[in-house]
Amino acid sequence: MFDDFFIRALFAGIGIAFVTGPLGCFVVWRRLSYFGDTLAHSALLGVTMAYTFDLNIAISVFLISSVIALILIQLQKKTNLPGDALLGLLAHSSLAVGLVVIGFLTFIRFDIMGLLFGDILAVNTDDLFVIWTGGALILIVLRLIWKPLLASTVNYELAEAEGLNPDRAKAIFTILMAAVIAISIKMVGLLLITGMLIIPAAMARNISDSPQKMVLFSIIGGLLSVILGLYSSLEFNTSSGPSIIAAALILFILSLFKIKQSIKLKN
Amino acid sequence: MNSNNDILVKLNNAGFRQSEKWLVEGVSLTVEKGKIVTLIGPNGSGKSTTAKIALGIYKNIEGSVEKYTTKVGYVPQKISIDWTLPIRVYDFMLLTETIEDSAIDEALSLTGVIHLKNKNLGSLSGGEFQRVLIARAISKKPELLVLDEPVQGVDYTGEIALYELIKKISDTLNCGILLISHDLHMVMSATDYVICLNGHVCCSGSPSYVAKNNEYKALFGEKASQILTTYEHKHDHVHSDEGEIKKN
Repeated sequence: MFDDFFIRALFAGIGIAFVTGPLGCFVVWRRLSYFGDTLAHSALLGVTMAYTFDLNIAISVFLISSVIALILIQLQKKTNLPGDALLGLLAHSSLAVGLVVIGFLTFIRFDIMGLLFGDILAVNTDDLFVIWTGGALILIVLRLIWKPLLASTVNYELAEAEGLNPDRAKAIFTILMAAVIAISIKMVGLLLITGMLIIPAAMARNISDSPQKMVLFSIIGGLLSVILGLYSSLEFNTSSGPSIIAAALILFILSLFKIKQSIKLKN
Repeated sequence: MNSNNDILVKLNNAGFRQSEKWLVEGVSLTVEKGKIVTLIGPNGSGKSTTAKIALGIYKNIEGSVEKYTTKVGYVPQKISIDWTLPIRVYDFMLLTETIEDSAIDEALSLTGVIHLKNKNLGSLSGGEFQRVLIARAISKKPELLVLDEPVQGVDYTGEIALYELIKKISDTLNCGILLISHDLHMVMSATDYVICLNGHVCCSGSPSYVAKNNEYKALFGEKASQILTTYEHKHDHVHSDEGEIKKN
């Protein structure tokens, strides 16, 4: 069944959409899109590490992204710089360092375009295994921290006062972000991962009235984007990662009509 | 005297400092089951800070907090909710604890907002939202309720009804309440113990004791003192001048 590269790509994309859907909602709610970008940029460093020390790419990216997240938290505590400046600092410097390291690794031929924009058609069965088991783990953990995470997203002090330990939930969520980037880097590439997180969630926001519905629609939106994007990339011979994101954008634009309708209904 | 088992939260000489400025210091208080403790004081006197210390929101504090319950309901003074999150009143009721539908309906009915159950939280008026906040805090049947100006923005008749409700909840659930309010009329009729704050504890004790206190008069004026003394409440216990509770 997984002999065909297209079927493998499809299953990889579907597995990732199940994870980016719910996580993307929290990225939108907690205004973490730039944070996601930063982790994704640092993933390049993770990929070079994997090649240098012959490690699994997903694990290497996960480790580097987690380290970058930890550095960010430390910098936030120790400096007076605003959050977005620190994120920019880490994002671009880790990207630059990653590219410099690639320059030294002359013995390996890098597919830079594949790293930046993804190469889902090159997904092999090992990658599928990483995506589906990693994805399942991420979803299980997210389910466990759902209540404190959602409550502290609505209001931190309420969550803290009523004993939900929001700080722990936030720390775990940061690790989940690093994990989702690690398992999806190969599919959409480091420049487009944040798009996969945000665009389906943004689409879902337009058509939902409760957190659970938004998560559901976000997953459905991601799945449709993967399927539409992959088939159209096959049809029109376009690169697959950008095609998936473009499909997500089309769904987002369609969801804007629903907003218009509901505003009309209210009037 | 009540036995120690009734104590829900106890502050021992607690204080909180933010960037070298003391928001409040030297506060000792005890909230017991079935008792209403009220914090009064001018703006910036540390009432909300004291509540947050008691709740454990502020962690790097001076002194100590002993908390003997985890079932806590909190109505914060200010709540800024980000409307990028679609959330209905019903979802909000379930935010920190899973509660049965019947309990949700009951709490929303008690605060008079059952008709808003499926409305989006962002579409409520200030007073409606305040009623939902109270409903959420009481629906989980807490042992300790911390209410930080719970009736702000609520219309006058609603205000009276909600204070009566708070009193009733303290009796029926036998929960301890830490209340912050500016409304001396309403509060004093139901309060067991008053703490008057102004960066530190000015005076504390039974309402009538505090009303006679000179520091209280200096802070609130003669008129406020008269308000307090007019409320002589009937209870199954009396307060000594130090605010100690004696059962009849």
